[in-house]
Amino acid sequence: MKQPAQSRVRTAMLTGGRAFVLSFACIAGSVTLFVLSVLSITFILLGIGLVTTPWVMEAVRKHADQRRRLAATWSDVRIPAYYRPFPKDVRAGFTGQVERTTLLLKDPATWRDLRWLLLDMTAGFVLLVFTFALMIYPLEGLVLAAGLWRVFEDSTYWYTFVPVDSQATGLAAAALGIVLFVVGLWASQPLLRLHFVLARSALAPTQEELAQRIDRLTETRHEAVDTAASELRRIERDLHDGAQARLVAMGMNLGTIEALIEKDPAQAKKLLATARASSAEALTELRDLVRGIHPPVLAERGLGDAVKALSLRMPITSEVTVELTGRAEAPVESAAYFAVSEALTNVVKHADADRIWVDMHHAEGMLRISVTDNGKGGAAAGSGSGLSGIERRLGTFDGVLAVSSPAGGPTMVTMEIPCALS
Amino acid sequence: MRVVLAEDLFLLRDGLVRMLEAYDFEIAAAVETGPELTKALAELEPDVAVVDVRLPPSHTDEGLQCALAARRDRPGLPVLVLSQHVEQLYARELLADGNGGIGYLLKDRVFDADQFIDAVRRVAAGGTAMDPQVIQQLLSRRSADAPMGGLTPREREVMELMAQGRSNVAIASQMVVTERAVAKHTSNIFSKLGLPVSDDDNRRVLAVLAYLDRG
Repeated sequence: MKQPAQSRVRTAMLTGGRAFVLSFACIAGSVTLFVLSVLSITFILLGIGLVTTPWVMEAVRKHADQRRRLAATWSDVRIPAYYRPFPKDVRAGFTGQVERTTLLLKDPATWRDLRWLLLDMTAGFVLLVFTFALMIYPLEGLVLAAGLWRVFEDSTYWYTFVPVDSQATGLAAAALGIVLFVVGLWASQPLLRLHFVLARSALAPTQEELAQRIDRLTETRHEAVDTAASELRRIERDLHDGAQARLVAMGMNLGTIEALIEKDPAQAKKLLATARASSAEALTELRDLVRGIHPPVLAERGLGDAVKALSLRMPITSEVTVELTGRAEAPVESAAYFAVSEALTNVVKHADADRIWVDMHHAEGMLRISVTDNGKGGAAAGSGSGLSGIERRLGTFDGVLAVSSPAGGPTMVTMEIPCALS
Repeated sequence: MRVVLAEDLFLLRDGLVRMLEAYDFEIAAAVETGPELTKALAELEPDVAVVDVRLPPSHTDEGLQCALAARRDRPGLPVLVLSQHVEQLYARELLADGNGGIGYLLKDRVFDADQFIDAVRRVAAGGTAMDPQVIQQLLSRRSADAPMGGLTPREREVMELMAQGRSNVAIASQMVVTERAVAKHTSNIFSKLGLPVSDDDNRRVLAVLAYLDRG
């Protein structure tokens, strides 16, 4: 696409201006943060670093995030951010800081950030300087031609490769400046882009991490498929032994009634009553089955009211607070519902509680649900517990589960599922 | 008595029409969808509406919403809600306006025609017909923490039937006791639960339901 000359000049000037501003953030921000990071990590040996590292790293991440935003808006370069989330139940105070520091140092993203800071204040900075220099340097050539050359009559001044010492060489410098300016018009945007691409090369996750992600996806997919298959088997068995068998019995009864109705009306009437009872039982079984597959309230009202209805069925008094502005996708709603249902069942079975609080809200692209009880505590996530079932359910949707349950209670189970509401 | 019926499944709608007609009800309209129901309730002024919770086009709780909206426009409009499942949550919403003339039953209850028709008549007369399962849900929650104010098993049985909306006469015949005995039980129940005594049958039922729902 051919741009009109005027708008090309304007874009180039804008790019130069951006590079100029960014170069300050680059040199001041990255150098300061790099020095602070190195000091903070070194001081871990002295203990002070344990407290300061999380703060410094948070600043580094903000600095990197700002660059990610600029890369996306200015040059359309998308730099993915793969920071491991902090678990919800990190303790407060000094121990919490130590825990955070450990988690941060284990996160490869932290080391990537540091590598990037180093690259940013060197190669990244040079690229930015080039970008805006191509806009400013040509001015010097013009000024030399306009008369500044007189200052250098005695000692030669090199404008790039032009030795300026007379009007003629001054004009040559001006000509070179114009050539450089024209080059700048074309090169400034690619140069700025190159700066961001460089940042991406340092900040983007490695192949190995992506491979880990794929492993995780494969694992959760297998689990999802397994769960779905065993659910189907259960449904098949329930139908086969339950409603289906009852309908067979009912049909048989009706056949007998047909034969008996004239010969022995009294017996026929008795059988009719049995047939009606069978159909009622079949209905009850089907109703329970349906509730286990997809609760009707969930279909009719969505997650909030479904959980409210569920809590009303609990033998323990429960308070449900819902702040959802819309509905999540059906599979997410279903997973969240059954996760809450399992969490509530756990409380009833194990916690010895007499009160439950359920809180659901959606913020920053996350559905957050917490189930808290005033029971005896001591619950642990992990294999074998009911909580691992919840973890599996949520895993399919990249959701996570955190449990805080000190001995003596209270227990708080927090679930997070990334999703959008509509 | 004129009935507006809303049910989307043809077989069930047809069956209900036949049953109601057999008991001398006049079918003012038998509709399939929520919007049709809203229109019929507004224009035909029926004595009672029999409504399925789930209706097209949304296949959510459209029937329930239409019924609640119609009752906001015409307080006390008798509505009997039918569903494949009963939820205390919905029962609460239906009873919230305290106007009576509310029924909420499982669809299975149509198997017993006499009982079902009795429920329709009761609702049409401004009474209540709550599904036994709703009452069970309410009771199962309570029994864990509050022993129901020391009711005797007999009184508890009476209370369950009363909460369903049955009259003393009906309770007496079901339990095979005299009406006087039932009256005595009910007055005991009210004093034990600390509820205000009322002559009005329906006020009485609503008071018991509200007491249970306080959970």
